[in-house]
Amino acid sequence: MQSINLAEHTVRELNQLLHDQSKDLVEDQWEVSETSGQHNIACGLNQKLNVGIKGHVGYFCAGMNQHAHVTVHGNAGQGVAENMMSGTVHIKGDASSAAGATSHGGLLVVDGNTGARCGISMKGSEIVVKGNVGHMSCFMAQAGTLVVCGDAGEALGDSLYETVIFVKGKVQSLGADCVEKPVSGKHLKQLKKLLDRAGAEEDPTHFKRYGSSRQLYNFKVDNAY
Amino acid sequence: MCGIVGLYLKNRSLESQIGSLFSPMLEAMTGRGPDSAGFAVYGDQVPDGSTKLTLRHHDLAYDWDALAHRAQTQLAVPVEFVRNHHAAVFKIAADAQTSSAYFSTHAPEVVLLSAGQSIEILKAVGLPAEISSDFNLTSMKGSHIIGHTRMATESAVTLEGSHPFSTGQDLCLVHNGSFSNHNRLRTELAYHGYHMKTENDTEVAAGYLTWRMDQGDTLDESLQHALKDLDGFYTLAIGTHDGFAVIRDPIACKPAVLAETDDYVAMASEYQALTSLPNIDQARIWEPEPATIYSWQRDSH
Repeated sequence: MQSINLAEHTVRELNQLLHDQSKDLVEDQWEVSETSGQHNIACGLNQKLNVGIKGHVGYFCAGMNQHAHVTVHGNAGQGVAENMMSGTVHIKGDASSAAGATSHGGLLVVDGNTGARCGISMKGSEIVVKGNVGHMSCFMAQAGTLVVCGDAGEALGDSLYETVIFVKGKVQSLGADCVEKPVSGKHLKQLKKLLDRAGAEEDPTHFKRYGSSRQLYNFKVDNAY
Repeated sequence: MCGIVGLYLKNRSLESQIGSLFSPMLEAMTGRGPDSAGFAVYGDQVPDGSTKLTLRHHDLAYDWDALAHRAQTQLAVPVEFVRNHHAAVFKIAADAQTSSAYFSTHAPEVVLLSAGQSIEILKAVGLPAEISSDFNLTSMKGSHIIGHTRMATESAVTLEGSHPFSTGQDLCLVHNGSFSNHNRLRTELAYHGYHMKTENDTEVAAGYLTWRMDQGDTLDESLQHALKDLDGFYTLAIGTHDGFAVIRDPIACKPAVLAETDDYVAMASEYQALTSLPNIDQARIWEPEPATIYSWQRDSH
């Protein structure tokens, strides 16, 4: 286990040490402390590392993650795990807006709530939020799955493509082209697996499923001026 | 991009330390706003019927003594002042209108930054650390304080464009974002008799709140109206004589974090600015919801 104290090292130094592991893996257990809400912590990792971050983090933590398992023992600022490709990012506290934005793969778990635009334009990742998500979550989301164990804010899934959304609580409103869809055994199985991976003790039958009605996929000449 | 910070003390025994608690918060937001900075501190209240003005002159050698003497003679009321770098805080035993009118007529060379019974606004172009040091922020005492670090977008990098903005007594505003309908609102406010001094969009928002409160709105009511009438991106921190409020626009593009303990409420654009506060580890920390008013009001002094 290597410990890095961010009161003594810069984020750039930390990230370089973590990036160096992608060539020659010498140490796969890392602990980061004294984070003080700094931005860009543990970004661009490309190795099977376990990174435990003690404290709150700023913007873009674990952005572009590949293979690594990053755990934040605190809250995360905007764009946590943005553009994640693979691996796992686990936020023990709350996350701000745009959590998991444009993420292609991997699993993002938020134990608390997220701000607005959770999973905006997500492209294949899996996101499990144990609390609530803010407005415009999954805006223009293309692939992957968002699971919300709490409530969802306004305009959920606006202009949605093929991302599947499961929400247990209330949905304040659905965005354009997002509709509720029936939940089949196949969906329950998929949801159960994801809830188990995220460590969320929820009954999958309590969730509703939302998806795209695919009415915005093609240009409608009647709407042209 | 700009940085905004606010600190509102619930525990009055901390009032003597507000400047030293706040100075690192302001400086932590240098990355979001390196071109100008400023703060509004509420404290050292003058009695009813008296007024406190913050005046500024670009010349450090400006003769504030002579101005105070002239004001005292011509207004025929006691006038005291304390010089602070480019600024001077005047205490005048007259109402705000009489006091402000005196200086705008007889000392047009000085800029009036704030008027009220407890507010003092100090701001300048430059790095937050320099401004904090120039105005000796760490020694300030008070009940609440809000500050701003600016990266200009809507108007030039000038003292006039720097925050906080005050357009009414003991009212001030700092803003991260941009208003898209400030020109139309400026015209409407002029129609109601409120004339803005600068081209800056934030001053219009401050003027709007002043107008609403003059119409009888409470702070919360004025902010309810603001949610309908102000168009654009904004996170605002607002200070009044005895209140402190934070509000974000319905889209909530501009960041904000709130922290509350038994001793204080603190607000910042980023959590980084809160890390130096005492017992922040035990604070309740949350992101304010869009289009939601968060306000705290003190019991009257």
